[in-house]
Amino acid sequence: MAEAVPGTSDSNAEFMQINMGPQHPSTHGVCRLELAVDGEVVLSCRPEIGYLHRGVEKIAENLTVIQLPVITDRADYLSALNTELGVMLAAEQLYEVAVPERAEYIRVIMAELNRIANHMMFYGALGTDAGFSSPFIFGWWNREIIHDVFEEVTGARMLHNYIALGGVKQDVPANFKDSVKKILPQLADGLDRCHGLLTDNEIFVARTKGLNPLTPEEALRLGLTGPSLRATGLARDLRRLAPYSIYDRFEFEVPVGTVGDVHDRYMMRLLEMRESLRIIEQALEGMPDGEYRGEIPRRLRYPVGEAYSRTESPRGELGIYIVGDGQNTAHRVKIRAPAFVHVSAMEELLKGTYIADAVLIFASLDIVLGEADR
Amino acid sequence: MSLTDVLITVLKVLVIVLAAPLLALVLVYVERKTLGRIQRRMGPWHVGPMGLLQTLADAVKLLTKEVLTPERAEPWAYWIAPIVVFVPGVFVLVVIPFTPELVVSRLDLSLLYVFALPAVSVVGFIMAGWGAGSKYALLGGIRLVAQAVSYEIPLLFSVLGVAILAGSLSLIDIVNAQGDTVWYGVVQPVAFVIFIMAGLAEHSRTPFDMAVGESEVMGGPTIEYSGIRWAMFMLAEYVNIFILASLGTIIFLGGWHGPVLPGWVWYLLKTTPILLFIFWLRGTLPRLRVDQLMGFCWKVLIPLSLLNVVVAATFKVYGWGPTIPMVIASVLAAYWFYRREWRQVVAVPARDPIPVPTPVPAAAE
Repeated sequence: MAEAVPGTSDSNAEFMQINMGPQHPSTHGVCRLELAVDGEVVLSCRPEIGYLHRGVEKIAENLTVIQLPVITDRADYLSALNTELGVMLAAEQLYEVAVPERAEYIRVIMAELNRIANHMMFYGALGTDAGFSSPFIFGWWNREIIHDVFEEVTGARMLHNYIALGGVKQDVPANFKDSVKKILPQLADGLDRCHGLLTDNEIFVARTKGLNPLTPEEALRLGLTGPSLRATGLARDLRRLAPYSIYDRFEFEVPVGTVGDVHDRYMMRLLEMRESLRIIEQALEGMPDGEYRGEIPRRLRYPVGEAYSRTESPRGELGIYIVGDGQNTAHRVKIRAPAFVHVSAMEELLKGTYIADAVLIFASLDIVLGEADR
Repeated sequence: MSLTDVLITVLKVLVIVLAAPLLALVLVYVERKTLGRIQRRMGPWHVGPMGLLQTLADAVKLLTKEVLTPERAEPWAYWIAPIVVFVPGVFVLVVIPFTPELVVSRLDLSLLYVFALPAVSVVGFIMAGWGAGSKYALLGGIRLVAQAVSYEIPLLFSVLGVAILAGSLSLIDIVNAQGDTVWYGVVQPVAFVIFIMAGLAEHSRTPFDMAVGESEVMGGPTIEYSGIRWAMFMLAEYVNIFILASLGTIIFLGGWHGPVLPGWVWYLLKTTPILLFIFWLRGTLPRLRVDQLMGFCWKVLIPLSLLNVVVAATFKVYGWGPTIPMVIASVLAAYWFYRREWRQVVAVPARDPIPVPTPVPAAAE
């Protein structure tokens, strides 16, 4: 309790300072928002991160390229495969390694499955933050069946260490196509259920429609990327604009919103899942036989030079920057994490909102603190 | 009054006091099972047959837990609050007529009593919110008081019509009057809906649970409580829900009246759906925002509950003839009014229209 409230005649009036987090169920990990509130209205917000800092980038400097995905998985633990893909794209650029066709297809399928799993988590978390426990379980069901496939393929459910330099660590099991084909209708059905549960729910619409609308200009100024930016109406999807891997071969829509409010951000994720399903279907069709891993140099010293990859992670634009200096380990690994930028946008976004809305806005940007803190 | 009468009354009260926690245990179990089914999972399953003993195990755990007092707490307020919250619920149970025989106290003003007494528990919540010395508790306490006090008005207005119809403030008379004529829920459908809604808000249940919402204020006034004291809040909540369903049955659904089956069976048959409905809401609705909640109360529920008194008066004075169109009209009017006002309650503040942006061309990337 500190400064006096400006604009009131009562000189004794004070803000109430509230620490939202690091132990608060709605901060999606261990973020701390220092809120100054006037009753229910948030006057200012200072996001404080670092509670989950494990020095991922520093540790990555002590790892060889083979070991690298182990630690980058831990950055964004909800979409580990997408991060791995970004890391390996950068590393392959540096090593000048070609990736065989089959591996490209496996990568795309796995990354898109992980995108769905991540968005299902978002769906559940947003629902929970709106005071509604069922979406969490609904999202979880869908996420679990994806994780079952991941377990078959990579041996792990969340932190896979699967995508490797020049391809993937091991070939997919023989029944891979069947098991993915089996879960696709399940996921489509699950998605419909999710829509039915929350999208047109009168109270949910009342809570989220028109909440915190953003123009594309505002969103760009705040550094938002990914679905949150597309919700404002700007069709900026790196899979379409700067296709990496083999994303230019697939037919898919980039859903865009109209107002950029919380409901639009929510819809973007749900529509994106549908597109991901389409991509997976096409990739399964086109997946050739052959090598799952290309020729990689016998001595894996980092070449001297630098490489940067930009990928569309479920959260936004994920940039990986690797500098090699001829050693076994990288000279520098830098992760441009969308969640980090999104947390910093909180300061502006939460100003003047209600506490209850602040929780929803925080959830609507789909922040994973593991990635923000690294 | 002889000594035996006094003893019997004391015994009855004791039974009620002991029944309250048992009731809460059963309700918690039913709620968790219902929620589980809604969410495609089993619910409690391991302890006892079909998980029946799960809530008992939870109760034992709570009773044996250490009772903590936070450093910053105001000890007196913090200590007394759970009792102040819990006791009114038990007191109300005393006057609930389950059947003509199964009622502890035949109070003439019981309708007034059952709404006046729970208002005391609001004081308990503000004591808990203030006494815990936590900002979240305070925030939750303030929310709860604001909402409970506001929602008492439509709650009382919604039963005002019934009091007019029955010409009595005694719950037993109200039930008997319904046996002679018709269930008041038929004459007063709008009041019944308002009664349930306002009752949910009064006891901060989904979708009006912003006072205790775990994603915002993390349990509100009860955040710092542990062990038996927290259990008392929990008991109070479920006892209150049971009372809400009971009153719904007694006031609007004719209480124990019904053909063939004995009274208490009818009573259960009518109370259970209301309880299940309340649990169902918890599995299918998000939470409102505080200002929407208040807007909903003052702009929608209070005018509608007043309209409802007019319908009741029509029935009382003119009988069935004009009442049937009146009831239908009131339902339609209520729906129309609700749509109109609700839109205003949740209206988005005006802002400049957003120019439709053109997608960034690939070359500009």
